Amino acid sequence: MHNVFIIGTGTTPVAEHYMRTLTDLALEAFGAALQEVAPTVTPSDIGALYVANALGESLAGQSQLGALLATATGLVGIEAIRVEAAGASGGVALRQAAMAIMAGVHDLVAVIGVEKVTDKLDPEVEAGLALAIDSDFEAEQGFTMTAQWALLMRRYMHEYGYAADAFAPFPVNAHTNAVSNPGAMYRFAINADKYRKAGQVASPLNMLDCSSLADGAAVLLLASERRVREWGVPAIRIAASALATDTLALHARRDLLWFAAVQQSATTALGQANLTHTDIDVLELTDPHGIAAALALEASGFVERGTAPRHAADGGITPTGATPLATGGGYKARGDTGGASGVYQVVELVRQLRGTAGAAQVKDAQVAFAQCLGGVGATAVTHILVNAER
Amino acid sequence: MKQPDRPVGLVGYGVYVPRYRIAGKEIARIWTDGQGGVPVDAKSVPGPDEDTITMSIEAARNALARAALPATALSAVWVGSESHPYSVKPSGTVVAEALGTTPWISAADWQFACKAGSEAMTASMGLVGSGMADYAMAIGADTAQGRPGDALEYTASAGAAALLIGPAEESVAVIEATLSYVTDTPDFFRRADRPYPVHGHRFTGEPAYFHHIRSAATCLLDQMGRTPADYTYAIFHQPNAKFPQSVAKQLGFSDAQIAPGLLSPQIGNTYSAIALAGLCATLDVAQPGDTIFMTTYGSSAGSDAYSFVVTPALLERRHRAPLMSAYLSRQEFVDYAVYVKWRNELVLG
Repeated sequence: MHNVFIIGTGTTPVAEHYMRTLTDLALEAFGAALQEVAPTVTPSDIGALYVANALGESLAGQSQLGALLATATGLVGIEAIRVEAAGASGGVALRQAAMAIMAGVHDLVAVIGVEKVTDKLDPEVEAGLALAIDSDFEAEQGFTMTAQWALLMRRYMHEYGYAADAFAPFPVNAHTNAVSNPGAMYRFAINADKYRKAGQVASPLNMLDCSSLADGAAVLLLASERRVREWGVPAIRIAASALATDTLALHARRDLLWFAAVQQSATTALGQANLTHTDIDVLELTDPHGIAAALALEASGFVERGTAPRHAADGGITPTGATPLATGGGYKARGDTGGASGVYQVVELVRQLRGTAGAAQVKDAQVAFAQCLGGVGATAVTHILVNAER
Repeated sequence: MKQPDRPVGLVGYGVYVPRYRIAGKEIARIWTDGQGGVPVDAKSVPGPDEDTITMSIEAARNALARAALPATALSAVWVGSESHPYSVKPSGTVVAEALGTTPWISAADWQFACKAGSEAMTASMGLVGSGMADYAMAIGADTAQGRPGDALEYTASAGAAALLIGPAEESVAVIEATLSYVTDTPDFFRRADRPYPVHGHRFTGEPAYFHHIRSAATCLLDQMGRTPADYTYAIFHQPNAKFPQSVAKQLGFSDAQIAPGLLSPQIGNTYSAIALAGLCATLDVAQPGDTIFMTTYGSSAGSDAYSFVVTPALLERRHRAPLMSAYLSRQEFVDYAVYVKWRNELVLG
């Protein structure tokens, strides 16, 4: 199996890009990624394009994004596919791209995570997001993703004796970190008091504990070891890539508060990289709500069950904590870009490993852990990144 | 920047606000169990015998009273509204008739979202400024609709403002210049035969309200070589309490400059009437020599910006008709049940 390296990254700011199309956003991020490796690497070196997108049909009125963006980026005729796994689309597309290099099929591939959602009104957005949950048993009954997370939070509070306020450290940390990320949607700090006073969205989830879906595109350029040496470009190695799945319907799970797919994908990834939890310097998780981050931290094995809120309250998730989380603002403050989020996560971690993350930089970050979820933990993809010099 | 050949101004102005109010918290009691914030403290509610026509007549009579002109002096009566009582049958003729201006009068209805009234004012500037007429009445009036439970239900209110445009030398405030900034940005609309409008949620903010007001206001200030500090007062369209305060801050106007014309916290959004009513409320407190800047906004209609200078004539004419403060202090709160009955929201039979 061949080693895989990330040699270029690019993003658009996460925002409500009302005046721009899905293609506009993809082009901006793609151009930024190419800029990082130009003139050594040229577009004609790219062998394949993987597009991560969750909501193209329902909210952007567009499918076949592979061919669309291959043409738009000037990679005419190239092998190109779109990958959909709801919120995990970015991680799954990255894994597909990485596997093409591992297998020796390609030497340089691009991953474009892109989502364009703000042309539609809230009911259509809710319906689009609800495609990620079980249609027969859940969405059909009017269930939404946010309502599902709210139910899990309520159950968590009941099982472990927490008040809703206990989840405040997650969005507070995310917002604090977003201040120094120029591409984040909400670049302002919040505090526990504001969290307490925020209006309810789906009790017990309040407005400051719910991410906002927004537009954006993020791009990764992946290369084989052979090419990295030939070009002599700085590179981040993908040390592990693991995907696992679980039931879409919550009622079909034995334990509501345990994400089996998360556990499986995290354990497999750490095994592949031959690393332990303490080796991980910085993390990105699917964290649209504090409860989501808490359950992922626990199922991934970073903290004991029922302890994530306490861990966060003790400063464990800040840039100086044991498990620095959401250093670019996470889903909550960077903005939730649906199927592109998994790519944004990896761009943020590359920033950390390059040591260019500004005020939210984790000191001496060498190993990073990226995990994104589709639905409420039905698809889980974990990638581990290490500095190539390591 | 547009300026008529013959200088024009406001020779009279008048407002009308129904006495009834419903509190934002009363609406929240029904729809959100009282949780969360409300966009305005209260909004005006038209009584069962009030509509855009009756309110237009009240406001126009106040404007005529201030000008001390007979109705027959008017050459035009133009009513801007998005809630004309009839789809086919004009409001303008009823208002003209009630004022006593018929039959030798130009009358028309304007529909241009929330800037129908200000567009009528710009047209009046042209009519008087060209010398085709001496006096024209531009009215903005609405009994706005909001779907029960929708965000608009908290703010969609009722009121009217009338501006009597005439020669600058007879005016209480000279209109120095205006300009319009118009794009098709559909953040809010109501299709024919539909009872309630549809709005684009957050899209109504930055790309719609803020972009258009900023564009029109900045351009007029630039072309006149002015800055916000050159104005004593300013008025912006008021779909809620927060937006006008935010856009004022963005442009560099202070809270004190917009305070006299900021009406939405007390009466909600009277649509075509709100910015013009804010101008009238500002004239209620302004002094000769004061300068006033106004920018209106209508969804998919854009923004009109205006610059005014107050003349000494204001002092003597101001008290010839009720001030806005009189209408604001005349409050009778109704509960949600009475409100839905009057708004014909109940399905009978």
